[in-house]
Amino acid sequence: MAENNPFPGENNTGHFWDDNLRELKNPPPRWWMIAFWASVAWWVLYAILYPMWPALPGQSDGENDFTRGILGWTSIKEYKQGVEQVEAVRAQYDEQIAEMTPAEIIEDPGLLQYTLASSKVLFGDYCAGCHGSGGQGNPGYPVLADDDWLYGGSLGKITETISNGRKGAMTAHADILTEAEIDQLANFVVDLAEDGEGSEAGWALYNEKGCQACHGAEANGVLAELPNGDIVTVGAANLTDSIWRFRPGGYESAKHTIKYGVNQSGVEQTRDAVMPAFSQQGQLEGKLSPQQIKMLTVYVHQLGGGQ
Amino acid sequence: MSENLSGGAQPAGMDEIYAEAEQWHVNTGNETIHAKRISGRWRTIKWLAASVWLIFFLGPYLRWDGRQAVLFDIPNRQYHLFGVTVLPQDFWMLSLLLLFFAILLAVATALAGRVYCGYFCFQTVWTDVFTLIEEKLEGNPAQRRKLASAPLTAEKIRVKAIKHLSWMVIGFVTGFSFVAWFYGAGKLWQDFFVGNANAAVYAAVALFTVGTYVLAGWLREQVCFWLCPYARIQGVMLDRTTVVPTYDEGRGEPRGRMQKGETEATRTTGDCVDCNQCVAVCPTGVDIRNGQQEGCITCGLCIDACNAVMDKLGRPRGLIRYASLDEIEGQSVPPMIARPRVWVYGAILVLALSGIIYGLSSLAAIELKVLHERAPLFVQLSDGSIQNKYTLKVLNKTNEDLMVSVSVEADVPVTVTGAEEPIAAKHGEVNPGIVFVKIDRDHLDAESVPLTFVASATQPDGTEVQATRESAFFGPRP
Repeated sequence: MAENNPFPGENNTGHFWDDNLRELKNPPPRWWMIAFWASVAWWVLYAILYPMWPALPGQSDGENDFTRGILGWTSIKEYKQGVEQVEAVRAQYDEQIAEMTPAEIIEDPGLLQYTLASSKVLFGDYCAGCHGSGGQGNPGYPVLADDDWLYGGSLGKITETISNGRKGAMTAHADILTEAEIDQLANFVVDLAEDGEGSEAGWALYNEKGCQACHGAEANGVLAELPNGDIVTVGAANLTDSIWRFRPGGYESAKHTIKYGVNQSGVEQTRDAVMPAFSQQGQLEGKLSPQQIKMLTVYVHQLGGGQ
Repeated sequence: MSENLSGGAQPAGMDEIYAEAEQWHVNTGNETIHAKRISGRWRTIKWLAASVWLIFFLGPYLRWDGRQAVLFDIPNRQYHLFGVTVLPQDFWMLSLLLLFFAILLAVATALAGRVYCGYFCFQTVWTDVFTLIEEKLEGNPAQRRKLASAPLTAEKIRVKAIKHLSWMVIGFVTGFSFVAWFYGAGKLWQDFFVGNANAAVYAAVALFTVGTYVLAGWLREQVCFWLCPYARIQGVMLDRTTVVPTYDEGRGEPRGRMQKGETEATRTTGDCVDCNQCVAVCPTGVDIRNGQQEGCITCGLCIDACNAVMDKLGRPRGLIRYASLDEIEGQSVPPMIARPRVWVYGAILVLALSGIIYGLSSLAAIELKVLHERAPLFVQLSDGSIQNKYTLKVLNKTNEDLMVSVSVEADVPVTVTGAEEPIAAKHGEVNPGIVFVKIDRDHLDAESVPLTFVASATQPDGTEVQATRESAFFGPRP
């Protein structure tokens, strides 16, 4: 063919069409070819070092559906190592916290910051569904960021509440009291909330109908104060402050509570007020470890109203 | 060249284009450029400019206050510049610094073309040093070309091996010095050679070694032609008044040897004797007599070469010289100060620079951030007052731990809980704290009340430092 080449010395392939149309040899630049073969070499090397092939027949064990590279690297292994590193950092704090009481944790600024930061997730998982992401409460569920506590806001009481849960009770008075008495008591409660003082007639009816048995002689929900500062309550609301247990509060709301009570079985319109127990001994078995309850106690206490 | 192209529609003009196309040469690196090294004024200036890079190698060994004077400590997020420590929070200054250098490049280009490329660019400087080594080992360009085509002998291997080894050593020193700015020079010397430095250090040094070796040893002017974006950007910023190395066509043409019998007085040729020295010395292999072109890095070496030849011939210097297109064409050249571009660029430079100076001189010792809790926005307490929760972030930018007291200023009486004890602020860290502010319902006559948080501390030397932050208190609609 070369002897017929009408374009000698041109470096063509010897393929001609239509007299002068021909294919030339224009090889890619050397650097390009080097890069190309280097890429191929990279690919081969990668296939040897890292998992790249699916499992060979009979090699699959159901869990690892691939051929391992000789480095033994897998993404899940790397992930687990990462988790281990994080756990190692957390362990230092967690070990200290395990030995401490909630009060001691609050005294230590570093541990307090750690507890607040890491319990945020716990609070989001277990508490925020009812009490709101920042403890701002929801209709029917108490605000945790204020200083009004049905069962006491000390660290001990908060631990108790989280561990064992709470279930308040108030009799439905729709059939016990007359409409006029209910009306008068509702007005009395609204007066108490607004200025802390109720009418004499109101106080008289309050005592006569036995409200003080639960809400206390001063209507503040306290039945007795213990020498250590803790209060004895049955979870009845403090009627003298401006915070309403059942929102929106006010006359209509108070009347509803008096009429239908709280947690009364068989009463259709009764108020629901149940907090489940979160300890491992509680009804919801295995919910939270003592360590988690301890940290959540600190977290709730620090939301703004701990006592 | 443009004059030739303008006659393109005519058959005669087409011939010219074809004639020109034959000369058209695109440098794609098929042929290694072996530039001749000569001495001269611009050569000296080039070395002086290049010597600024010694700072890059020696800078890490400068000490200040018992530590490395300039250290970019990335793991600790601290950037020490002599007496000043800059934290990431102050990094807005970096944008001003980048702006400053970008505009500086623009100013320099508008005034004097690609002087950066010609005198200061690391690609130019490192290539210059690499080719100097090459010249010392392999001889002048003619000897180098001969050696390249010579058969492989022990001597050739020896010379080539020494050359490549020296190049790699320079590449290594370059990488090592670069890393020293970030890792600390002393620590790097201690850790590097016994394998105690981290993988990032070794990777960076390896990358620099290979990068320097390949870019300055092999790619050389190809980087300027085909890889460097600055070369392209700077090229379009030239105008008719920009001073660049220019061949004085009017004086030089027609170029060529003098005919026999002609004397200096009677010669028909121009001043250019077509000796090609300007091409021989050019590190990017361009012929400056074709006019300003993409390959020209305005290094001025052709000026040195031409002047030397003119001196020998007894003709005036400056056949190739730094001149603007207007000047060569005999048009009036406005002084630099009358060019609006200079003023606009200059103003931006001054602004960026004053921003940096202001930033560096007013670096606060502590910084306070106040994050208002949003859920709940506010809480009603049992006594009817309203409470808001704030997360404080105290950044201590000093080199000492500080006890930072926080207070709250407002137009109405406020009760602050959580700030009774000062926050222990570790140096160089963001230290959190939680504060509750309580305002009596009677004092709340709006849904929001402005508050000012004040953080103050006393440094060990007795100086008071303070930081304030505006925030707001929210309550129910009154």
